[in-house]
Amino acid sequence: MWSWVAHRISGVLIFLFLFAHVLDTALVRVSPEAYNSIMETYKNPVVGLGEAGLVAAVIFHALNGLRVVAVDFWAKGPRYQRQMFWAVVIGFVVLFAPFAIRHLSIVFSH
Amino acid sequence: MTATTSEPHAIPAKKSRYARTSRGRGNFELWSWVFMRGSGVLLLFLVFGHLFVNLMLGKGITQIDFAFVAGKWSNPFWQVWDMLMLWLAELHGFNGVRTIINDYAEKSSTRWILKTLLVASALVVLVLGTLVIFTFDPCIDPASTLEQCK
Repeated sequence: MWSWVAHRISGVLIFLFLFAHVLDTALVRVSPEAYNSIMETYKNPVVGLGEAGLVAAVIFHALNGLRVVAVDFWAKGPRYQRQMFWAVVIGFVVLFAPFAIRHLSIVFSH
Repeated sequence: MTATTSEPHAIPAKKSRYARTSRGRGNFELWSWVFMRGSGVLLLFLVFGHLFVNLMLGKGITQIDFAFVAGKWSNPFWQVWDMLMLWLAELHGFNGVRTIINDYAEKSSTRWILKTLLVASALVVLVLGTLVIFTFDPCIDPASTLEQCK
């Protein structure tokens, strides 16, 4: 139930980000200065934390999505859905911890 | 004895109150369900690769500027990678949000407005994104150090 809610919320969040991400990246077609000036406005701790949150949403959505696929297509999937939820949690920590250390140390040292 | 075991009378199928096979839309919902799982698995590789190359390698987030994008999109490998990621992610997100609108918007007029906005935003993202990837000129930066811009 709660993994289903989190899957929807993280999905909508990523979809909204994708809209903004395509529009701001389209500035490379305007001029190098236009793109660089927008990228400069993103290089601060507030946006940096937002980026970490976004990557957290992506990692959760990806791993929980694999769990959904396993429940749907693997004969034993429904029986092990709870164990697979804990596998998602462990996988999340394993992937997100190194990223958060790397990314936030860059964000807070610039 | 024989009468009871040889030929059990078939129980007529109960009349369902809703049609289990959709009318008029073919198998659209089935294929959208399949698409969500297939595109999801592909996106896992495409998006994790995208995040690793852009945020973990090199100088991380601080390296993102015009020269970084030019370096990637002067290579057809990254153009194709990003185009696949753009289309799969946008259609995956489009389909997910479409499902959410169907679940929570109860009035058909509300659903129509939200889906119109959704279709419009998806068209903008797909058309603009695809055009930008393939009409991009890395050499419009006079300071470019790329080999092809010399």
